[in-house]
Amino acid sequence: MSNLTRPNRRRFLGTASAALGAAATGSLWQPGAARAATPLTVGFIYVGPKDDFGYNQSHAEGAAAVKSMEGVTVLEEENVPESQDVQNTMLSMINFDGASLLFPTSFGYFNPHILELAPKNPEVRFEHCGGLWSEGNPTNAGSYFGYIGMGQYLNGIAAGHATKSKKIGFVAAKPIPQVLNNINSFLLGARAVDPGITCQVIFTGEWSLAVKEAEATNALADQGCDVITCHVDGPKVVCETAVSRGAFVCGYHADQSPLAGDKYLTGAEWNWAAVYTDMVRKTIAGEAIPNFVRGGLADGFIKMSPLGPANSDAARKQFEAVKAEIMAGGFAAIKGPLKDNKGNVIAADGQAFVETDVALESMGYLVEGVLGSTS
Amino acid sequence: MAASDHIVGRGPNAGARVFSGLMPRAEAVAIPLGALLAGFLAFSLFLLFLGKSPAEFYGLVWKAGFSSAFSWQNTLSRVAPLIMAALCVALPARLGLVVIGGEGAIVLGGLAAGVTGTHVAGPLGMVLMALSAMVLGGLWIGAIGALRIKRGVNETISSLLMAYIAIALFNHFVEGPFRDPGSLNKPSTAPLDAALRVGEMPFIAAHWGVAAGVIACVLCWILIDRTTLGFAARIAGDNIRAAQVQGLPVGPLVIGFTALGGAWAGLAGFFEVAAVHGSANASLIAGYGYTGILIAFLARHNPLAILPVAVLMAGFEASSGLIQRRMDLPDATILVFEGMVFIIILLSEALYGRLRIFSPGYWESR
Repeated sequence: MSNLTRPNRRRFLGTASAALGAAATGSLWQPGAARAATPLTVGFIYVGPKDDFGYNQSHAEGAAAVKSMEGVTVLEEENVPESQDVQNTMLSMINFDGASLLFPTSFGYFNPHILELAPKNPEVRFEHCGGLWSEGNPTNAGSYFGYIGMGQYLNGIAAGHATKSKKIGFVAAKPIPQVLNNINSFLLGARAVDPGITCQVIFTGEWSLAVKEAEATNALADQGCDVITCHVDGPKVVCETAVSRGAFVCGYHADQSPLAGDKYLTGAEWNWAAVYTDMVRKTIAGEAIPNFVRGGLADGFIKMSPLGPANSDAARKQFEAVKAEIMAGGFAAIKGPLKDNKGNVIAADGQAFVETDVALESMGYLVEGVLGSTS
Repeated sequence: MAASDHIVGRGPNAGARVFSGLMPRAEAVAIPLGALLAGFLAFSLFLLFLGKSPAEFYGLVWKAGFSSAFSWQNTLSRVAPLIMAALCVALPARLGLVVIGGEGAIVLGGLAAGVTGTHVAGPLGMVLMALSAMVLGGLWIGAIGALRIKRGVNETISSLLMAYIAIALFNHFVEGPFRDPGSLNKPSTAPLDAALRVGEMPFIAAHWGVAAGVIACVLCWILIDRTTLGFAARIAGDNIRAAQVQGLPVGPLVIGFTALGGAWAGLAGFFEVAAVHGSANASLIAGYGYTGILIAFLARHNPLAILPVAVLMAGFEASSGLIQRRMDLPDATILVFEGMVFIIILLSEALYGRLRIFSPGYWESR
């Protein structure tokens, strides 16, 4: 496919510049003018393998969508550590391949690496996933993220209907706010179906540690959890282990239905294709990309995997109803009266934290009904 | 007198005499270089098997790692932790110990530097950070040497397992007691003051860790090749029983050399924190300790040889990205390449003393 399109594009550019050259003075043939005529080169950098059925794959799917756009060359590099390596990779894409728009997608790429390079490369745009950009950071850097907690809330609704043991399980990487928000949302979604449901959480301590993820999933199944979801970089191991133990699976990051088959209820997925194609389109058109971009289900930043065959009619009905409510905006998963699992009040009666509330971004608790500890 | 007359008399030309003196030394250079070339050839076959062009591969390695000022910057900016990690393997190896857990000392050194950095200030503060990193790294690897001497614990296994413990401890402390409350989604120690950050060297776009690595290698070479301590260590490395019979302090030597190796690895952690990351966090666990093993073996545990080999290896790693992007090969390609070279280098160890062209007698008999 690319073998066919690339020469075509080159031929098109050749024809176009020849026409321009005939019409204009010789100055158009200067190197500067030739560079201006080359297509936009966009670089994507992933911290893990781009076919991990998870975080990195979700971004690679976004890159694939950009690849199909006219006039864009896409560069990709996977398994780039959050060390000096990523600075070198960014510089290599800029210097060797002429990239002018970069998507370094891992959370740890921002500080110090993007902050280091952005001021030295003012002609390059750095777009970072994770939502870290703040006033005072370089203006040619930007940050975007999505409210995926709502997706885990919808996962919870499907799980709440599917569980028979009234115990659901969560394999989590690290007890940090983004992960805690997902765990809490998952349980609260399930409790919207049946307030007696509990969620056992196990932290593996690492973003990608297959052996521990398998052990954690087995431990959850041993304890009777019959619906399992996760927040690790690559949910493949969790999915396959859960299915082998007969548990249902709710996906995360990307679509894992090919791994879980009939046991797949639904999944909270990133929709980077929409975000990336929009940013690239803006760049080509010369429009500015805001430095701080966020969105949820309604903005097309996240999406839900199609409901699997195991969902009951009641589950489908409630799922769709709540999804419509979230799409309408102003929905809150964390709302009073609510306590954490140590008995402290989190939200008083009538108090609610909507998905966009910044207070959620420093979340340090697990809500009542989650079995587990953040430390 | 009579014997040398006899040899000179039999030689057909004076060149043979030169060769008989030179060739044993040439062996130490020719065999690793030959092994390196054989590794390149073997990997070329692998590429041909995949239907890719070896010429393009080596061209890209050259372009990305060594061809321009930017390539050199890309290569040299990676080299500092590799040099120090290699010393952590090479120093114990001179005593016959195979220590492969330098990664543990690097992350703990980084942790020590990050934590110390939140309590000190000024140029003296930077020295304290470096010292704390070297002490913790030295204690960690020194303990492996002590376990070996006092309890007969296999140092290869214990160093590898202790690297896992070190990483677990590192994560515990960074996510627990020493966590900066402001580091929400990426647990880190508190960010270092700008005055405590290590800057870049003049002329080359790489931090001062590179200079420190060069100095470390020269110091270690002097220690091993030019001091009685180093001489004793080499004797103990060749034959530990003989060294003990001679009354050499084998125990303190082993513990001292392992501790010194660990101290260099700890210093690598310091530079990663003070020059690159600005705080200690999980990004520090980048596998430098393992690449260091490869470099030390390629350099045959000679501290001076570590320098060019580390630059070569850093150049290979610098080209990994371009090879992914241009040749559509997975990122593990460079690892396969390094692995093949490593195995052939290990195999070539068996050649020392076996190739007749390197023995003085071969040239004398001509």
